[in-house]
Amino acid sequence: MTSSLRLRAGLVSIVLLAAFLGIWHLATRSTAPVTTMSPEYAKLMGLTATQGKSAMPGPLDVGAKLWEHLKRPFYDNGPNDKGLGIQLGYSIARVGTGYLLAVLVAIPLGFLIGMSPLLSKALDPFIQVLKPISPLAWMPLALYTIKDSSVSAIFVIFICSIWPMLLNTVFGVATVRKEWINVARTLEVGTIRRAFTVILPAAAPTILTGMRISIGIAWLVIVAAEMLVGGTGIGYFVWNEWNNLSITNVIIAILLIGIVGMLLDQILARFTRMVTFPE
Amino acid sequence: MTDKFISIEGIAKRYPGAGGVTTTIFENLWLSMARGEFACVIGHSGCGKTTVLNILAGLDAPSEGAVIVDGQAISGTSLDRAVIFQSHALLPWRTVLGNVAYAVSSKWRSWDRAKIKAHAQQFIDLVGLSGSEHKRPSELSGGMKQRVGIARALSITPKMMLMDEPFSALDALTRGTLQDEVRRICLETGQTAFMITHDVDEAIYLADKIFLMTNGPGAVLAEVVENPLPRDRGRTDLHRHPLYYALRNHIIDFLVTRSKTFVAETPDHDPRNVPVVQIGKPGLTIASTGEEPRQTWMPGTSPGLSA
Repeated sequence: MTSSLRLRAGLVSIVLLAAFLGIWHLATRSTAPVTTMSPEYAKLMGLTATQGKSAMPGPLDVGAKLWEHLKRPFYDNGPNDKGLGIQLGYSIARVGTGYLLAVLVAIPLGFLIGMSPLLSKALDPFIQVLKPISPLAWMPLALYTIKDSSVSAIFVIFICSIWPMLLNTVFGVATVRKEWINVARTLEVGTIRRAFTVILPAAAPTILTGMRISIGIAWLVIVAAEMLVGGTGIGYFVWNEWNNLSITNVIIAILLIGIVGMLLDQILARFTRMVTFPE
Repeated sequence: MTDKFISIEGIAKRYPGAGGVTTTIFENLWLSMARGEFACVIGHSGCGKTTVLNILAGLDAPSEGAVIVDGQAISGTSLDRAVIFQSHALLPWRTVLGNVAYAVSSKWRSWDRAKIKAHAQQFIDLVGLSGSEHKRPSELSGGMKQRVGIARALSITPKMMLMDEPFSALDALTRGTLQDEVRRICLETGQTAFMITHDVDEAIYLADKIFLMTNGPGAVLAEVVENPLPRDRGRTDLHRHPLYYALRNHIIDFLVTRSKTFVAETPDHDPRNVPVVQIGKPGLTIASTGEEPRQTWMPGTSPGLSA
């Protein structure tokens, strides 16, 4: 039953994709020559004017270009012409660094706040104010103080991914079942051991959920951040190709951003499943 | 009572209520138990039974008074006093063996892995869970989970066991089997046990002494009923004992009527010298003694009156 459902769902997915690509192709294909002009002039004007071809690339154009990129993902012809693999690598490295720094801060801090009602109440107003700030709003401040655009981007990733992790860790730690804590108390388990053997495993699913939300936000923000700071990265690539008016490359970049985002989410989802316990 | 292994001395528990009014759950509560004794506390919800147990366990602190165990006033929890929780409170991410081993390794921190495992295994065998060591709590039935809870409590070889309605969440059949197990283990190991229950038959079967508490707030320990039934009583022929109905009726009368009226009717009640009721012995004013059983309780039709 489940396998047949999967099969049917897969089939529907393929049909939908085919329909989308078909409509896209039809909408952007060349029509008949629109005007008669001298061959030199026509050459100058390009297919858009002469053949009635849409300025938007069709799926075949994008596919061909994508194949070209996939064949040479890591070439480097100077600052404005790098392979997509290199650009994505820069973005992933930035996200990874900022995100790991956020993990290192958010989880221990969340533990402390979650275990102390005093700290929890005292820090709550700060967290409530800082949380809704768009991470990009920090960019000028980061650029001014850090004076390095690449590190500023990492800082922006750090600041945007810290909140979901922090809040989920606080929540997870503060809502560990009283009876599990009581078990540890009646066994005279010390605070540190209790934190690692009872609170951490009990709160792990909630913490991992926060980490999963965070990686999603970080990947959303890195594109925008790189558009601002420039230089390298997939976000910069998108903006650069827009300036080149290469819509084909922009579409390819959008596709790849989506795929990498999905992979990052899947990795965290797998970790979440590993720590989730049935009750 | 010469040997006071456990002595609760004048404890009170108060909570600050709304508008600066403090609610007194109970106050000036005195209670003592001898070593190796099995005691049950019966009373309606809200009389502070669980609070008394939590204070004994060290999970809660009394507002007044002290608890002395084995000659020492307690402060906080201790590995000498094991708790069997109503909701079994197993750690769901650990296996059966892992849950018991966690308790063992908490008591004997220097033991190596093999020694901890062997010790834990011994207690898993004792509660009849051999073969399920590597299952997670979610794969176990309610009765099996509570067995793990019992194994965990026993594995640290405590001086006493505290049980907060340990079988109330189980079906009648499983409850019966586990009562047998607990009775067997306690008799074999000479364990001192303090149990909260709502089940009158459970108390009659298991307890040497039954503490009756009046309704809260302002609950008092009204009576200590000594169980007149022989020590080798069995669960199946319990109700055939000539004193069974007298005892049962006494407790149920208390729960139904006297728990409400006791405080008003007994103004000279001395909480330090709670009357000890010995059913079936001469010189006592127990109305139901010698009377024919009035009840039409049939074995098998009811798992016991739940108060």
